[in-house]
Amino acid sequence: MRITRTVAGRGRRTAVMATTGLSAAALLLTGCSDSGSDSDEADANGNITLTVADFGQFGYKEAGLFAKYHELHPNITVKENVTADEQVYYPKFLQQLNTGSGLADVQGIEVGRVKELVDTKADAFADLSKVIDPDQWVNWKALQASTDDGKVIGAGTDIGPMSICYRRDLFEQAGLPTDRTEVAAKLAGGWEDYLALGEEYKKKAPKDTFFMDSASAMYNGVVSSDSEQYYSKDGKAIYKESAGVQAGWKLASEAVDKKLTQGLAQFSPPWQAALRKGSMATVACPAWMAAQIATYSGDDFKGKWDIARTPGETAANWGGSFLSVPAKGKHVKEAGELVKWLTAPEQQAAVFKAAGLFPSNKGAYDLPDVKTAKLEYFNNAPIGEIYAEEAQAIPAAVLGPKDGVIKDTISTQINNMEQRGTKPDDAWKAATEAIDKVIG
Amino acid sequence: MATTTPTRGVQGPRPGRRAPKPMTPGRQAWRSRLWRFDDKASPYAYIAPFFLVFGAFGLYPLIYTGWIALHRVEMTSLDQMEWVGWGNFSTILQDSEFWTAVTNTFVIGVISTVPQLMIALGLAHLLNYKLRASTFWRTVILTPYATSVASAALVFALVFRADGGLLNWVLGFFGAGETNWANGHWSSNIAIAVIVIWRWTGYNTLIYLAAMQAVPSDLYEAASLDGASRWQQFRNVTIPALRPTILFTIVISTIGSMQLFGEPLLLEGGQVGARGGTEHQYETLSIYLYNYGWNLGHLGPAAAVAWAMLVLLLLIAAINWLVGRFMRKTAA
Repeated sequence: MRITRTVAGRGRRTAVMATTGLSAAALLLTGCSDSGSDSDEADANGNITLTVADFGQFGYKEAGLFAKYHELHPNITVKENVTADEQVYYPKFLQQLNTGSGLADVQGIEVGRVKELVDTKADAFADLSKVIDPDQWVNWKALQASTDDGKVIGAGTDIGPMSICYRRDLFEQAGLPTDRTEVAAKLAGGWEDYLALGEEYKKKAPKDTFFMDSASAMYNGVVSSDSEQYYSKDGKAIYKESAGVQAGWKLASEAVDKKLTQGLAQFSPPWQAALRKGSMATVACPAWMAAQIATYSGDDFKGKWDIARTPGETAANWGGSFLSVPAKGKHVKEAGELVKWLTAPEQQAAVFKAAGLFPSNKGAYDLPDVKTAKLEYFNNAPIGEIYAEEAQAIPAAVLGPKDGVIKDTISTQINNMEQRGTKPDDAWKAATEAIDKVIG
Repeated sequence: MATTTPTRGVQGPRPGRRAPKPMTPGRQAWRSRLWRFDDKASPYAYIAPFFLVFGAFGLYPLIYTGWIALHRVEMTSLDQMEWVGWGNFSTILQDSEFWTAVTNTFVIGVISTVPQLMIALGLAHLLNYKLRASTFWRTVILTPYATSVASAALVFALVFRADGGLLNWVLGFFGAGETNWANGHWSSNIAIAVIVIWRWTGYNTLIYLAAMQAVPSDLYEAASLDGASRWQQFRNVTIPALRPTILFTIVISTIGSMQLFGEPLLLEGGQVGARGGTEHQYETLSIYLYNYGWNLGHLGPAAAVAWAMLVLLLLIAAINWLVGRFMRKTAA
């Protein structure tokens, strides 16, 4: 190719082109501006959209609360952005906190992560104690989300008192009692009785059904009843010696050994599919699990599920969540107000009534909606009675920064025993290796 | 940078060119100086944007990753860096999971690259003949490459699913039992290799085809006059002519398989995928890195893995180069 040139002007044009090129590059380099949140600016009429990012089931949609909030505040629209699996949600959330972009105005926090965020990321959150009175919640709930100097990064949504969800129709076919008090009576001795009931079920189990979804659920139920689970009060990781962990692990390996479980990782797509098919007879059920079951089992099994109180005498709390407001959001004030409203007694009661998520707000316990709450999907189980009694007795658990990861890792290894026949000792070794990697 | 100036259409001002306006001698000298400067400097200005962007988005992250690899940095507190020297490297080298990931990466790399390039070579050879609607076939062969990793992986996840997966259903007709593809070490690696082969074969086919089109046709004519069959033509004319191209695709595919991430991540998806399977049976190096950095939140070892991957790639590139030189020698 021959380039013919004109004399005049080329030098200058080159310079212009080059500068343009350079400045474009410079623009690219500085192009990562820091946007606090994804929500848009208020439009001319002062209308704003608040985004709520959460995971699993928070029950707000079921209770119609976002629509109601819009009625009360016509200029505010609330959009919910749900991630099914909290284990997928949290790493992404951490990244967003680090970069300060992509955050919603309100973000959910699971109890297994709250300690880590309180310890390391408290500055990234607005102090909710300025908006909401922390004494509203059951005492241990508020403490979990408080820093040493009294800053509160999360408002308690629900707590997870334990129970057993079971399928009445399958129990009947297997020749087991179907009445919830009789089922509870059979479990009065604790989780060992739960396994015994499983063996009874197995003798006459309907084809292609399993007694429980995964032994990891039972394991979590067992561990949740201790006040010291994975960490000691002085912040040491004690999961290897912890009595609850050992008891839970032993029971889980027994359940696997006796082939009482379907061996599906909870919340995974196959687990959801199994609920749709209706192949498991029981699920260890912290209060929030009911919403999951109702969602995935669908209308086919409406009224066939029921809820019995937790095995044995120990109260346990598995899970529960918080709502936080990232400090860098564009609408921190409005988001704080929304969180205050969502976690107020009336709204928590409405969520409980609609989805069975048990309130952490003490003010809700005396409301008729909670006291007399029945879940229609679960054969009108009186969940108000079932959980309220237990909630009073829940021990204040010591939390640790990596609670969530430790729990998930052990659950994964229990799934390995179920799905691949990994020997309990090997699975435990794999779990401890992985956990030490996490803590290290 | 090369120091030789590339030959260009025009070397400086041509004789007989006149400036439109008569100028004073001083001004003229300045003009020509400016001109010379323009001639020498403007190429740099033209390529500068690339190097600036590369420096900012390529080189700087590379070096900073190396810096992070020598520190303890947590996802939860990025601003606190604690010097640990080579500690992160010894951590990962002593981690059995790292070696599992290395093995998996190589196994998947080999069982995806080798068949993929062979199939691509065969297809390119077929497409090289005169056939009807050749443009159509060439387009069709590239369509898998145009799909995103995510959609391809999700579709194949349905194919390889344990319960109710398409493949198990088909195999069921032949009396095979249910295989849990994602659970076995070999079966999961094969499943991932299949996704890779499906996506990249067409891409390599087109590269080969382009190279084949450049082979002078009189070579083929001469060969056929000598009575060479098509297969012999392929072996003795096409393959030697394609040698540099084959080497290029091998290098590209190696780099690609070293960075394998989306396919294993999405084979089962969710948290299991992010760990490379419940027993790390299909965990590749990229997944290992991701898991260390984003799930466990330890960025130091994750950065060390990134550098380990670079070293591995350089090793492979060196081997490739030696093999290439050896091949060139024997060819000569």
